[in-house]
Amino acid sequence: MQLDYTAEQKAFRAQVREWLEAHVPSAPLEHFDATREGFETHREWEKVLKSGDWGMVTWPREYGGRGLDLIQWLIFEEEYYRAGAPGRVNQNGIFLLGPTLIEFGTHEQKQRFLPPMAAGEEIWAQAWSEPQAGSDLAGVRATCVLDGDDYILNGHKIWSSRAVFADWAFGLFRTPGTDRHKGLSLIFFPLNAPGVTVNAIKKINGHVGFAEIFLEDVRVPAFNRLGDEGQGWHICMATAGFERGLMLRSPARYQVAAAALAQLWAQRKDGADPTLEADVVRAWMNAEAYALNIYATASALIGGAKIGPEASTNKIFWSEMDIHLHRTAMAILGAEAEVLPEPGEHAWLDDYIFALAGPIYAGSNEIQRNIIAERMLGLPR
Amino acid sequence: MDFTLSDEQKMFAETAQTLFADTCTPDHWRKLMEAGEVRHEDRWAAIVENGFTLVLLPEEVGGLGLSELDFALIAEQAGYVALPEPLVESAGVAAPLLAALAPDAEVLADPAAVIAIQHPINPYVAHADGAVALILHHQDEAYLATPDQVKLTTAESIDPMRRLFSVAWDPAKAQKLGAADWDLALDRAAVFNAAMGLGLAQRAVDMAVAYAKERQQFGKPIGSYQAVKHHLASAQVAIEFARPVVRAAATDLGARDMQARARISHAKIVALEAADQAARASIQVHGAMGYSWEVDVHLFLKRTLALTGTWGTPHFHRNRIAQRIFTQPVGPDQTFARENHHA
Repeated sequence: MQLDYTAEQKAFRAQVREWLEAHVPSAPLEHFDATREGFETHREWEKVLKSGDWGMVTWPREYGGRGLDLIQWLIFEEEYYRAGAPGRVNQNGIFLLGPTLIEFGTHEQKQRFLPPMAAGEEIWAQAWSEPQAGSDLAGVRATCVLDGDDYILNGHKIWSSRAVFADWAFGLFRTPGTDRHKGLSLIFFPLNAPGVTVNAIKKINGHVGFAEIFLEDVRVPAFNRLGDEGQGWHICMATAGFERGLMLRSPARYQVAAAALAQLWAQRKDGADPTLEADVVRAWMNAEAYALNIYATASALIGGAKIGPEASTNKIFWSEMDIHLHRTAMAILGAEAEVLPEPGEHAWLDDYIFALAGPIYAGSNEIQRNIIAERMLGLPR
Repeated sequence: MDFTLSDEQKMFAETAQTLFADTCTPDHWRKLMEAGEVRHEDRWAAIVENGFTLVLLPEEVGGLGLSELDFALIAEQAGYVALPEPLVESAGVAAPLLAALAPDAEVLADPAAVIAIQHPINPYVAHADGAVALILHHQDEAYLATPDQVKLTTAESIDPMRRLFSVAWDPAKAQKLGAADWDLALDRAAVFNAAMGLGLAQRAVDMAVAYAKERQQFGKPIGSYQAVKHHLASAQVAIEFARPVVRAAATDLGARDMQARARISHAKIVALEAADQAARASIQVHGAMGYSWEVDVHLFLKRTLALTGTWGTPHFHRNRIAQRIFTQPVGPDQTFARENHHA
């Protein structure tokens, strides 16, 4: 084990820091789920990022990336969060679909979809869940029927993050007559295609972060299917691995929050409940443990290892750590905790409300615990 | 930056795992307990023969001159079998302290010799009765004594494999070694206790998993019930997020700065919390059997209890972390930062 950065890695950090200092918007952007304008300002930011070649640093250069390894990715993310740069509106694309496309897509599909994804020109939503299929994704009922070189899509998707303003969605569709996880295919469709209706669903905070999508005889080229027909379940499980694993939640996010919490405590501890200091310390410990775990995973992956069911432990850890951290902030703020933040203030309340979704999305924590018990520990189904 | 173990380290850990798995089974503990012993001579001889007592000693005194991480990997395996012998206390903490103060000390020439240590932070000396020599403290200075120079009074531990003693002695009659690095001894002990905690935790989970696959209720194995699964999955999550902290703490221990101390304290807290969570989950999953003397889970619970309070309480260690986070820069670029050298 060698826990110092190399000279090359240090130089890379300096390069990222310098670029971000010159380009990160001085005022925070409106949230991308709040309004169309907020969404578009984030799309502009993605273009700025791309102009510096920072759109998706781990992807191969030929597909719009920078070809960096996972340690460099962690350094990039650390600097990104440290600089307070805007949230990535295209995270469904760059962190979920992108790695899946790189693993399962044809060269032509990668060429078609990856560069505009990295550039923010095409923003992606995910369309996995259905009213009857949330955590039980194998129960998907939306259908795909091959008609010549096209698929005809029909069905009803729900809880689609970003779909209200996004350009494209990737969804799971069933070949009629198939059952459970057999016969599912992963297919891309433009959200403005004829037959697609997108209805916004307001989140707990009033933002239109979700949508339900109705598909009525939507025609897309068979080119838009990732992998073979019927391989969708297998591919989606790989995607879920990326989501629960290291890509969706880089440690830096929590380390920035833990640092802010330590600062909040330093400012407010006089007269506050002294036992809260232990929670502040705990928040830092959690964020550090998460970072060290991800560094260990990244090192193992660079060394040729494959990510396994232990990815499910990440999802439980970060979602519970996030809630603990923000509950501590609420407790320190006391009577002020309920007051909506002014623009430019640290949005502890918003972040607390967002943290509450952590144990639900990307596969509920109950499902994750089942996965850990069955696939890591070998307990019977 | 490379957060992986070397092939050599993996091999060392596997050797320890195999040796302990072969020689330290529940059957062995039972026999020792019945005999009122805490040490098995054949096993200790095998431990010595494999060089485990020499890992941390410098080459000048005949040691292997390896790192704290190398020893932590062995300590983890020792925790997995709740090793009765004081390998960690003697070879991990006492012997290196003595080697730093008195490299010529006769007792260091014998790799099988057990050395006990009285540290200012602990109320009792563990395994003093089987020791060839004792390192004692008086007014911050270290002394070396032989068993016949001290009077031991037993304090019975809940852990049947730990022998605790108060020591009465006369500094005028012991060999004065001078000012010792008690902090380094504490840091090593805390990291190795944390490593043992990882092993204790994993064993408690593994035992519960094995039981839950077999034990039937309502016509199916209890391990198929979600409530049972979730107890064990949660314990496994705690282990997964303690392990890299322990390994990073062992790797950076030698830096001796505030960051290293905070990491060590972090490791000690979370690894023993994971062990506590795992042991309690394991008892719950074993049901009434888990509360019996007959099932082995209680040994892991009791060792966890002992290691949690010794070599610095959670409160002590939390304060060391607080000192780091409230006086040094924190944030995403500070994960591997060193004191006075900020990334």
